[in-house]
This record gives sequence, C-alpha cells and structure tokens, in this order.
Amino acid sequence: MSVSEDGLPCNHDVHEDLIRKLRKLLPPEAVLTDKEDLRPFECDGLSVYRRLPLVVALPETIAQVQAVMRLCHALQVPVVARGAGTGLSGGALPLSNGVLLSLAKFKRILHIDPENAMATLQPGVRNLAISEAAAAHGLYYAPDPSSQIACTIGGNVAENSGGVHCLKYGLTVHNILMLKVVTMEGELLTIGAETLDSPGYDLLALMTGSEGMLAVIVEVTVKLLARPERAQVLLAAFDDVFKAGEAVGAIIAAGIIPAGLEMMDKVAIQAAEDFAHAGYPCNAEAILLCELDGTNAEVSEHVMEVREILHQSGATEVRTAVNEAERQLFWKGRKSAFPAVGRISPDYYCMDGTIPRRQLPHVLRQISLWSEEYGLPVANVFHAGDGNLHPLILFDANKDGELARTEEFGQRILQLCVEVGGSITGEHGVGMEKINQMCIQFKAAELSQFHAVKAAFDPDGLLNPGKAVPTLQRCAEFGAMHVHHGQLPHPELERF
Amino acid sequence: MLERDISETLQHQVHSAIGNGAPLKIEGGNSKAFLGRESHGEILDISAHCGIVEHDPRELVLTARSGTPLKEIETALAEAGQMLAFEPPHFGENATLGGTIACGLSGPRRPFYGSARDFVLGCKLINGEGEIMRFGGQVIKNVAGYDVSRLMVGAYGTLGVLLEISLKVLPRPAASRTLIEECTQAEAIRKMSQLLSQPVPVDAACYHAGHCYLRLSGSEQAVKHAHEHLGGEMLEKSDPFWHTLREHHLPFFDSANPLYRVMVKPAVPPLEITGEWLLDWGGAQRWLVSDEPIALIRERVANVGGHVTQFRGGAHNGEIFQPLAAPLLVIHQRLKVSFDPHGIFNQGRIYANL
Repeated sequence: MSVSEDGLPCNHDVHEDLIRKLRKLLPPEAVLTDKEDLRPFECDGLSVYRRLPLVVALPETIAQVQAVMRLCHALQVPVVARGAGTGLSGGALPLSNGVLLSLAKFKRILHIDPENAMATLQPGVRNLAISEAAAAHGLYYAPDPSSQIACTIGGNVAENSGGVHCLKYGLTVHNILMLKVVTMEGELLTIGAETLDSPGYDLLALMTGSEGMLAVIVEVTVKLLARPERAQVLLAAFDDVFKAGEAVGAIIAAGIIPAGLEMMDKVAIQAAEDFAHAGYPCNAEAILLCELDGTNAEVSEHVMEVREILHQSGATEVRTAVNEAERQLFWKGRKSAFPAVGRISPDYYCMDGTIPRRQLPHVLRQISLWSEEYGLPVANVFHAGDGNLHPLILFDANKDGELARTEEFGQRILQLCVEVGGSITGEHGVGMEKINQMCIQFKAAELSQFHAVKAAFDPDGLLNPGKAVPTLQRCAEFGAMHVHHGQLPHPELERF
Repeated sequence: MLERDISETLQHQVHSAIGNGAPLKIEGGNSKAFLGRESHGEILDISAHCGIVEHDPRELVLTARSGTPLKEIETALAEAGQMLAFEPPHFGENATLGGTIACGLSGPRRPFYGSARDFVLGCKLINGEGEIMRFGGQVIKNVAGYDVSRLMVGAYGTLGVLLEISLKVLPRPAASRTLIEECTQAEAIRKMSQLLSQPVPVDAACYHAGHCYLRLSGSEQAVKHAHEHLGGEMLEKSDPFWHTLREHHLPFFDSANPLYRVMVKPAVPPLEITGEWLLDWGGAQRWLVSDEPIALIRERVANVGGHVTQFRGGAHNGEIFQPLAAPLLVIHQRLKVSFDPHGIFNQGRIYANL
C-alpha cells in the first residue's frame, strides 16, 4: 500500500484486479485508463479542482451499473458518479484511487406521457431536451438552470438544481416523481412512484440534492407542466440598488408571484450589455427583470400592476418587452452575465449564498464595504425572488496573494449569509468547494446526523467520499484556521 | 393566542424515555390518531409547545412551533392575504402544525400547487439521542446538507420530535369559482387529464356523485376568461364544497365499510373494484369505500402502478400502508436507527418493525 499525490491510499494489486474485472463487465471502449483518455474527466465546472481518476467506467445499461457497483463494493474501491460535469462545486471531482462512473451513455428519453403529464428519462438526458421533446404536447419541464443546454437531468437531481423560475415553479425536488437508483452494494431501488406520493419515508426528497453521496441515479421520472399561454418581461432601471431591493418586496407584498425576478448591479449590467447587447440602461445602478406568466388575461392585469409598483418604488425607467424577440434579448443579457463578467476580469469567483430578502440592503452594503477593504471589485447578480445571491468577486490569480484574499472575502460573504438566516449554497451545492463552510452552517450533532444518513445508504462510505459533509475533525481544523485569520494551517490542501 | 417554548421539557422527557427504555407516543391535537398503525407508549404531548415564531409576509415564509393550532396559522396568514397552498385537511378542531407535517397530509390544491413536503423549508427537531437540531432554514433555496426537513414530512413522528417548522406560504388568489358538470367517472377522468396540458388556472378538480367539479383561481379576469373557455355551470357556494371534501365531511365518507386511499396516475381509467368511488386531485387520489379484502384491492391497484392506504376503519394492526419492497425496507430500517437508535419514537406507527 502506498499513498498517491492527493493523499489517498492506493493499493496497486487491488487496482490491477479492478481494471481487469471491469474489462470483463464492460466493452473495451467503456473502460478508460490512459492518461489522455482520463483528462476530460479530471474536473467539473469548478475547474480549480483537478484530479485524474484511477479509471473511467462508461456503462450503458442498468445491469452494467449494478455490476460495476458490486465489483467496487467487493474490492472496497470508491466511486464518483458524473453526469455532464457542469456542476459548480467540485461534486464530481474524481478520486485518484477510485472509479469515475460516467452516465454519459444514458441519454435516451424513455417515455413522454402527456395524459399524465410526466416523462421518464435516462439520467444523461439534457435538461433542455426534456422541454423540447414535451413541446409537441404543450408541456415543458420547469426547472431551467442556466447551464440547461448542457447539464443533464441526473446531475440536476443530484444537485437539486434551480433556475430563474424557481420562486414560482420550484426546484428539481418539486418537479420529479420517481427515481431508479443503484446503491453502492449494487441494489436497484425505486424511490418515489409515478403517483403523487409513495409509501414510507420521503426518500425522493432525501435523494434530491444528495450530491452523489447516497446512490447512483439511473432513471428519472419528471412532472411536466402546461406551457403558460403567455410570458411577459418588464425591465426596470433604478438609480439606487436599495430601491430595487424594495421594489422586489413590494411586488411580492402585492400578492404577485413573478415567474422570474432577477436583479443585477452596475458592474454586472455593464459587462452583460457589452457582451449581449441587450439594450440595458448602462447608467443605472441596478436593474430588475420581472417575468410574469399565466393566462393572457392574468398577465395583462399583472403587467399593469407591476409597472405601477416599480414606478412607485422609484424606478427611473420601466420597459415592457414589445415582442418575444425582445423578451429573449432581455433574458439573454441576464443569462450571459457570468461569461460577460469573465471577459472583464482575468478570473472571477462566483458565490452562491441565500438570504432572507429583507436582508438584501444590509448584505449588499457589507459586500461593498469589503470590496473596498480587499480592493477587489464585485459584480452582483441576484435571483431576487428567492433570495439567492451570486456575488462575482473579480480577481487575477496571477497576482500574488489575490486568490487568497478572494477566498477570504468569499468566506466572509458566506458567513454573513448564515448569520442573517440564510445558507452557504442556494443551488450550486457543497461538493468540495464549500465543505469547510458547512462547519459554519451546521453544528456537530447535525453533521453527525448527516453522516448517519449517508451510512444508511452506503455503510462503507465508498460513494463520493470526502464531499458535501465535512468530518468533525475537518471542522475542528477549520475552526483553528478561523482564529488565525486566514493563515492556513495546511497550505498544501486545496481549499478554493 | 398562546406562545410557549417547552423544548427543554420535551428534551428532558426524551432523555428520560431513553434512560428507562420506555417508548413515546408523540401527540399534538390528537386529531389524526385514527391514521396509521397502533403505536404504544407514554404520551409526549407537544400541544403546549406553540406559537408563531416568525411571519414576514414579504418573505413568503412562516415559522411556527409544532404545537401551534393549524387554525391559528391559517387565520394569521389570511389576515396577510396569504395561505398554506397545500390546503391541509384538519380532521378535527385541534389539529396542530406538527401533526399536519408529520402525517404529510394535503388537500384539493395539492396536484396544482404542491404537497405539504413541497412547502417545508426547514425544521428544528429532537432526535432519538435527545439532541436538538436544525435542518434547512427560512429561505426558499438551500442545498446545504441532506434534505432532512422534508424527510420528516409523512414520517409520522418515527424519526424525531418536530419542534419548529418553517413553511413557504403563498398569496391567496384574488378570485375563485367552481364549475360543475354532470358526467360519468370515465368522462371526468378524461376531462381532468386533458386539463393537465392546458394553460388554465385550475387549482382543484374532483369527481363526486356523477359530477365533475373544477375550481378556477387567480385574478378576476383570469378566472372569468377561463370559465368562458371551459364552459359549464357555476357552483353557487364554492368554498364550502371544497372544505367538506377536504375534511371528509361529505356523506360519502360516512360508511361502515373501510375507507381506502388509492393513489394512481391521474389518467388511469375507472378501476374495477366493487365499492363507492370519489376522485380528488384530478384523478390522482381516489377514495374508495369498499368491503372487498384489502389484498384484492392492493393487487388490482398494483396492476396499474398505484398504491393503497387503509385510511379509516378496518383492523389497525395490519399493513395500513402499502408494504415496501424488501431492499427499500432495509434502507428505512437503517434510517430509523440513524435517527432513533433506541427505538423510542412512535414505534410501529407506519410499519411493524419501524
């Protein structure tokens, strides 16, 4: 037994045995071991973490997944499952002593059932492809994470993905009915049902957002919704970020639940406008995008009401998209905010905290004070409807010490989110990235309970080990790190 | 309105139960004692642990202690023009929030807006080691840690004692009306299923005694237009009908025979099981009053991919809830042990060995 570069134990005899046996279970092209073949799997959407897996397995049937899991269980080899690899928290980061199980070959839409408004999918089906396939029946799949062209439904379930419409239509957990999963022991389980609920504990909720820690998802049945008759978007400009924040509360207080309610600050507006040419008012301190959907009659009524509320809240300008093309353009600016910010700064660090909406002025003020203190600009993009903040800290990794300062700044933002009653992650997940911050949000008893939940599914701790829930020991070390204020006790550990 | 935090007392009682190896039976308003299997133990009364902890209408979130009467919560929300969108049945004057969430019950609006578990954002609980813990939070999006709060919904108190629950709440619709049309059960199923792919503001749909009932809700204009589009007569008193349905106060529910809750896909044609049928949730939740053996009912329903709960009446020591597949039961047992290692909470309430 020796130790690999990432500190994980590796036993060469077991590994040779594993690869030999995998080749018996799967076709030759479905077992990858050459460095060049492993390279595309070394990271997910959070590319600061990179690591080559021992081996990549690409099964294409449920029986093959079960066989691979049984083998790994027998040999006590850890497994990391992976969908499209678009995750933003390092949840699919491979292990140098483990199998990277790619579900990429599971990309068939198995069944669209318009009579019952549901669809059964293999986990590798892309999010957007579901709505495209359902469109012929007047139906769609509601959760729409910004990566929806590429991200897959299996990954969406693992991360409980949201999107810009979740205030009204919910997250993944609200839009799925049934899962087929394979446990670490190779057992195939049906979780949930094609009916609106199922007997026993709500394992469907437990599985959603479990970040590949409990079981491997091999089939997903989703709920489909009738496409709304009409969607209309308003764009409002404000000369003060806080007025925009007030307007958000006023719309909700009026009893209107917008389909989407997004806010951007000046830095983000300018970047998005230069990138997407959406016609955003660049002199504004903040803009709000408010999408209203429903029946024709209802949308007309709500557009009038919201327009009035926006003016009363001090909007300097309110525009309504004149046609579908303009509506798409308004959204294009928002949806391209991340790549747009990527153009104006060598690097950026995307945060994903949530806060109660009323805390917005306080939190934004604090972020802007810290921004000055650290000398690092911030672009704020905000799912205002559901309190999900995405401050993007702009930095240059090539400048000495800037990454460390960025990390510390980000850390303080997440800590503030928890202090005001929010969460360290609204939709990107914990993965590797926020494992230390879990120690801020949860106490030892709660973390121990999480470990016990994992053990109920995976007693040997072989599925995606080391992610999502920190060990108590890790939290103790992290606590010490706090005291020393940024002086990392183990600089060799990855800690982005 | 009473406000009292007795979590320390409850925690103390849990510690004593662990010490004495004496199981507990968690009780709120005792309005849902008829549900599930018989469970024995000393009563842990949570009804004195009550009061709304926080409700800021602009946040669309309400947090209350588990013993808070459901009525009190609904009144407070109504004053702010809001509601519990899952429209929970009370099944009694003293129904509490804790019991509602522990049983995971939802009313007529459920298929259109979501179930009790869909609206749970966070909770505070005592686990079987007597530890007080918090999961989830008071924000709509939160993916830190496993979703333990939603796991508590429908667990019938077998995993822990709920102390506090945070829920997402929604504005009450500005207008609402109910359309009624005479038809057969098969016609009603087709009609309700077709509505699933139409952009109409329906928020309740049922079939009862030869009539299909559709409730439209939304803005004045939306409801008016939808009525014109769908046609049909308007029921004079809309709210009382859905209320009596939700609370099982319709004469249909007064029967000497057992009442079964049959869950199927909404478009499944009428099932050939002798008895009286009432279809709610657009056909997805079907109530059956029948003296057929439960094994036969379960077999017929399983053939169309559904499941059956013996809801009222009949023996209460058998399989009240649909039995679980063996590997799933193993996971349930391990989860139970992970939360309640000494087996003190509502032992046997859902399944004999849980």
